[in-house]
Amino acid sequence: MTLTATHLWLIPALPLAAAAIGAAMPRRAKAVPIGAALVAMTLSWLLSCAALVGALTDPSGRSVANFDWFSAGTAVIRLGWLLDPLTAFMGTLVCTVSLLVFIFSTAYLRDDPRIGRFFCFLSLFVSAMLGLLVANSLLLLFICWELVGLSSYLLIGFWYEKPAAAAAAKKAFITTRVGDLGLLIGLLWLYHATGTSLFYDGGAGVLESPALGLLGSTLLPGGWAASTAIGLLLFCGAAGKSGQFPLHIWLPDAMEGPTPVSALIHAATMVAAGVFLMARVFPLMAADQGLASVPMHALTGVAVIGAVTALLGAFLAVAQTDIKRVLAYSTVSQLGYMMLAVGVGSWVAAIFHLITHAFFKALLFLGAGSVIHATHHEQDLRRLGGLAGRMRITFVTFAIGSGALVGLPLVFSGFWSKEAILHAAEVWPVSHLPFVAGMTGVALTAFYMTRLVIEVFFGQARSESAAEAHEGPGSMTVPLALLAVGAIGLGWLGTPLWPWLQSRLSGTAVPAHGLGESLPLMVISTTIVLLGMGAGWWCYGRTPRKDARAIDPLARRWPAVYGALAARLGLDELYAATVGRLLTASAGLACFLDRWVWGGLMGAAGRTAEAAGEINQGMDEDGLNAGFDHGSEHLRSGARRYSRAQTGDVQGYLRAVAMGLAVVALLLIWGGVR
Amino acid sequence: MNPLHAWLLFSSALFCVGLAAVLIRGHAILVLLGVELMLNAANLNFIAFWRYGSGNAEVGVVFVLFSIAVAASEAAVGLALVIALHRHLRTVRLSAANRLKG
Repeated sequence: MTLTATHLWLIPALPLAAAAIGAAMPRRAKAVPIGAALVAMTLSWLLSCAALVGALTDPSGRSVANFDWFSAGTAVIRLGWLLDPLTAFMGTLVCTVSLLVFIFSTAYLRDDPRIGRFFCFLSLFVSAMLGLLVANSLLLLFICWELVGLSSYLLIGFWYEKPAAAAAAKKAFITTRVGDLGLLIGLLWLYHATGTSLFYDGGAGVLESPALGLLGSTLLPGGWAASTAIGLLLFCGAAGKSGQFPLHIWLPDAMEGPTPVSALIHAATMVAAGVFLMARVFPLMAADQGLASVPMHALTGVAVIGAVTALLGAFLAVAQTDIKRVLAYSTVSQLGYMMLAVGVGSWVAAIFHLITHAFFKALLFLGAGSVIHATHHEQDLRRLGGLAGRMRITFVTFAIGSGALVGLPLVFSGFWSKEAILHAAEVWPVSHLPFVAGMTGVALTAFYMTRLVIEVFFGQARSESAAEAHEGPGSMTVPLALLAVGAIGLGWLGTPLWPWLQSRLSGTAVPAHGLGESLPLMVISTTIVLLGMGAGWWCYGRTPRKDARAIDPLARRWPAVYGALAARLGLDELYAATVGRLLTASAGLACFLDRWVWGGLMGAAGRTAEAAGEINQGMDEDGLNAGFDHGSEHLRSGARRYSRAQTGDVQGYLRAVAMGLAVVALLLIWGGVR
Repeated sequence: MNPLHAWLLFSSALFCVGLAAVLIRGHAILVLLGVELMLNAANLNFIAFWRYGSGNAEVGVVFVLFSIAVAASEAAVGLALVIALHRHLRTVRLSAANRLKG
């Protein structure tokens, strides 16, 4: 069975329906939202598999279904669905990971009184992400993009009674909104320049050669191509969503949400959206590549930001003590790799890494969730330890995920996708810096993941809850095992010897090249990985931590460096001191103007009137009052009676108005409308 | 019953729900929600007439866009009023806000 582009909307519509059902249910009926979400997700998963089959058997490689949304004047806004291998692979990935996360959540949040609402939000989140994938219009993509932002806000702040969670939700929402402003401007500019927001429209879409030629040849002041500027604006949105420097600050804070949400955000749904957007609009990003005289190519900016993020995330992950924060910074770093791959021109490698990363990062987060669940919400890795014996399945799967993340050779999927990125970076003609940054990041990744595994699973238990931990129920361990299979098996889809995924994604046959060409790079990166792991073992494994209060070996050696990294290089404080203070200052200025300038003017006018009134009063009291007093007394007693109707109750008044309305309506009905 | 009738019935039902919320609920935010519902019922009418009625087609959509923008600013003002109410009275029950009586 295959699914065509015309019916592609069913995939996001099913979870949306589940969210609607969940929202309409009373709070006591917990089973209904959960059941609806699981059923809808399973059906969506089946449909996405059908869509994948459809996309792979379609010889043209791309089918679209466009329709008119509405028209205003002569402008017709058109939306549509797009089915190509990129959509199909991403859709299957999102559905698979989401389904496993849903199953895991049923156990993780079993005792939460608001679990029904949680599943409603989760369904909305996944639905928005799937809508973003199947959209054939930048406008529709933007709508779903904002829905992803909204539902991530709801989910990160799910435990809103915790002030940290409420603050983290706000931070994620506002930070990504900064990037979204760029995306919105880019979208409007693109619409203004080409008159359409459809990606593919039989030759008239923005990603097809006439529009790309127009955008690439329109030059702005300063010699920039229009496509460069639009591409960089779109990248602003992608950078916000995908946690790229300098907008990465929200991602680690998003850890305040329930752990399944972290797994979903970091693996398949939210942060993947930015990389997906870059892959989707890659023809536009690359439209200026042929121009020699422009000051900068759009992709160069992407590559530089990606390299900086890859390195920064890896450095910051070294000094975190919260198990989820280490993983969060590793996500920042891995997303940097993906953007780096897009920037050096290989969006296929970026999507390959995105797919493998989704599996092993979901695995790592759910593994962390399993640990946290078993130790009654102990997330500080200094207070964990010795869990390898007590939580065998979690340990084995977590170790597999770590092996994939650091890129242990041959067996693990992360190795092949990371190799693809490093290979693309190595042959990039513009600069070698992204390659060097990537290699350094590889060593750091190996180091901090070794540290994490040793601190959590080896040594001795350093708190009571860690000493009493035991494995969770089957609905927790089965998703872990399935994800572990994916974390190993997916790498074989895209090895240099058999580049099936690459040729499917790009739509052209990618020649298989022997190991001879990529072997030197593999040997070098494997050596670097082993060196990083060795260093990690040297620092943490030789003498395992015995006490939760013991100082970190790195902190003892280089306290200044460790302190700076643990304080996240002060970037949050820097933003608070610059952007935050700017906002406070402008608010203060507005307050000053309001209070003293305008308020002063009004006060002066008021005092003038007051003085005039006093003169008036003096004249009145002596002359006119006596005559009026008598008349006033009548008026006053009448008014007093009348004012009993004035209860001050707003709704009472409204009821009277509604009654009057009903009477008028009845009169009209009986009397006939003339 | 043609689709226009169905939509008009649906929007009047929505309007009545909103009206009931405004008249009955004591919580200021729920009353605001009711007002929003009534606005959206009106929007639905616009869209229904635009889609199924005859006449100048674009007017309905443009009116709705305006009305959504107005509703957004109305919600901002309304929520600010609720916050101001809460600062003064430490409650947002509308029955407590009756100082302007005679």
